[in-house]
Amino acid sequence: MSDLSRREMFLKVALAFNGVIGVVLGVPIVRYLVSPVTRGRKPGYESWISLGEINQFPSGETRLATYRHPLANASDGETADIACWVRHMEGDKFQVFAINCAHLGCPVRWFPQSGLFMCPCHGGAYYSDGARASGPPERGLFEYPFKIVGGKLHIQAGEMPTPGVSPPTAASALIQINAYSSFGDAVRLDKRSPCA
Amino acid sequence: MRLMRRIGGWFDQRLQLGAPIRETMEHPIPRDTASWYYVFGSAAMTVFGLQLVTGILLALIYVPSAGEAWDSLQILNHQVTLGWFIRALHGWGSNFMLAIVLVHMVQVFLFGAYKFPRELTWIIGVLLLLMTLGMAFTGQVLRFDQDAYWGLGIGASIASRVPVLGPALVSLVLGGPIIAGATLSRFFALHVFVIPGSLMLFVGLHVLMVLKLGINEWPMPGRVVRRSDYLEKYHNLTHTQGVPFAPYGIWKDAVFSGVILLCIAACALYFGPFGPSGQPDPRIIQTAPRPDLFFLWLYALLSLLPPALETPVLLIGPAIAVVVLLVLPFASGEGEKSWKRRPIAVLTILLVAVGLGTFTNMASHTPWSPVMEASTGVPVPPKLVTGHSALEIQGALVFQSKQCHNCHALGESGGKRGPALDAVAVRLTADQLVRQVLQGGGNMPAYGKNLNPAETMALVAFLETLHPASQAPAQDASHITAVQP
Repeated sequence: MSDLSRREMFLKVALAFNGVIGVVLGVPIVRYLVSPVTRGRKPGYESWISLGEINQFPSGETRLATYRHPLANASDGETADIACWVRHMEGDKFQVFAINCAHLGCPVRWFPQSGLFMCPCHGGAYYSDGARASGPPERGLFEYPFKIVGGKLHIQAGEMPTPGVSPPTAASALIQINAYSSFGDAVRLDKRSPCA
Repeated sequence: MRLMRRIGGWFDQRLQLGAPIRETMEHPIPRDTASWYYVFGSAAMTVFGLQLVTGILLALIYVPSAGEAWDSLQILNHQVTLGWFIRALHGWGSNFMLAIVLVHMVQVFLFGAYKFPRELTWIIGVLLLLMTLGMAFTGQVLRFDQDAYWGLGIGASIASRVPVLGPALVSLVLGGPIIAGATLSRFFALHVFVIPGSLMLFVGLHVLMVLKLGINEWPMPGRVVRRSDYLEKYHNLTHTQGVPFAPYGIWKDAVFSGVILLCIAACALYFGPFGPSGQPDPRIIQTAPRPDLFFLWLYALLSLLPPALETPVLLIGPAIAVVVLLVLPFASGEGEKSWKRRPIAVLTILLVAVGLGTFTNMASHTPWSPVMEASTGVPVPPKLVTGHSALEIQGALVFQSKQCHNCHALGESGGKRGPALDAVAVRLTADQLVRQVLQGGGNMPAYGKNLNPAETMALVAFLETLHPASQAPAQDASHITAVQP
């Protein structure tokens, strides 16, 4: 073996060595980058969050409620304060709607006189029960599962609802629900779309 | 002077940059290319330089934290000496950069400069356009206000519609389950490190290729590009009739760049910085978020597309547009360069310009959005209720209190979501009005549950009065026959 070809072989070995190290370093880098996705699967972002006493939501009215995201940290500031619409029909019948329009996520506003939620961005409108009334949304408002524990209204929330396919853990928050549960009862899921 | 030359010589002996710089400056360009039409690329690069400098200056004060970014922008605007001016330069620089990049692209397209052998220069140019758009979007996010917050929500909602990968993409874009600190941090990293770094690299390659391959010659009708003999012809053009780049071409570049910088400074001084608008607090829902100028056309498109078409158009449309741009130099790498012999190219540019212009213009009126304040802030014009019966005036009250005015205009005021009702009685009979109000339809919600019979009667009585004096209200033909046999 000539001196030159020996050095060429050394170069190849050195490059291969760097390649292996590159792959070894690449694994933690990729895992770090995709952690927002993988983390969503394992412990899950969803949890039960209290919106406060049920008596602040008078029967027959729809009111704005806010909660602090349970996973919030100091740098989140006010962005971790999430709003939602609570509709109290009667007794323990509630509906809790995400603030985000089912079209592209803008904040919908409730107009009690006309009984409509209206979106300021692209003109979506929904009836008082969250069903689509008009405009670009293809479905009704996103609804959170709820339960009443010790006189307080709790909702299962965590991820910003979006119109696309829902991740496994957030499935319950992203489908339309007729959840008329009382204390301790399991929430009844009804996958019927109100758009139909 | 001798000392200067000696110092210069000392550096050049070590850097060895003198000869290549001199060669670049003196390289021959076609005589016609020393033209005012060939100044946009260098101007875009100059503005990019301005963006780098002002961006670094802003980073001295700006805090990329969701809890503090908005406050730090207020400090820049109101407390730091001339902070407002640096913000304004950066904001206006962004608008000018995008505008110049677009003009540059149109010029290159119409002059056939993407043809052989400059295919790769064009492809890198397309990537530079995408990166510039990326800088504009991420920059809008860093101006962390209500528009930025809800704009991110729109971005995430669009990403979520990607089949299969949607939810994962949303988490990746947001950096977590909601729009929060991690979201702003990753957009900061994109806007400050990732995209500018790539831009610098690709701008370098783009300019290198322009220098190595030579600037496009002035297109003459009939002077057809062929792969077989183009290089030889171009060599003749530059070496027999050519002129040195400096000073023939470069002085125009320098003048135009200076004019553009002056325009940016003037706009910054006169109009000031962009925003920030309200605080990025998702509990404040009294907001009508809208994107920056260069994304307004998309805002209009998202409002006007039929719902079923929206996802395919959103996901496939941009991909097709990018592929068309990338394939262009291969599909028409030879042939005529002159726009005078390329009518389809000219029509394409006109069509795209008129389309984008129309959508942008519509987005500044947003006729598709209800006017949220109309029911409380915009009265029914008094002339429409004077001299009317009590029932009709009651109907006008119902019209106002049930927020009909948010979507329907009366006498130029109110929303444009639905049709104006100034002459509705000419179009619809009383029975048809009752049906439309109670059952909705044609993109109007049904009000059956929210109006009692008395309110419906009053509302329809009022609507029945809305017709021009010269036109009689619509009447049910069968009813007329029954009453007058």
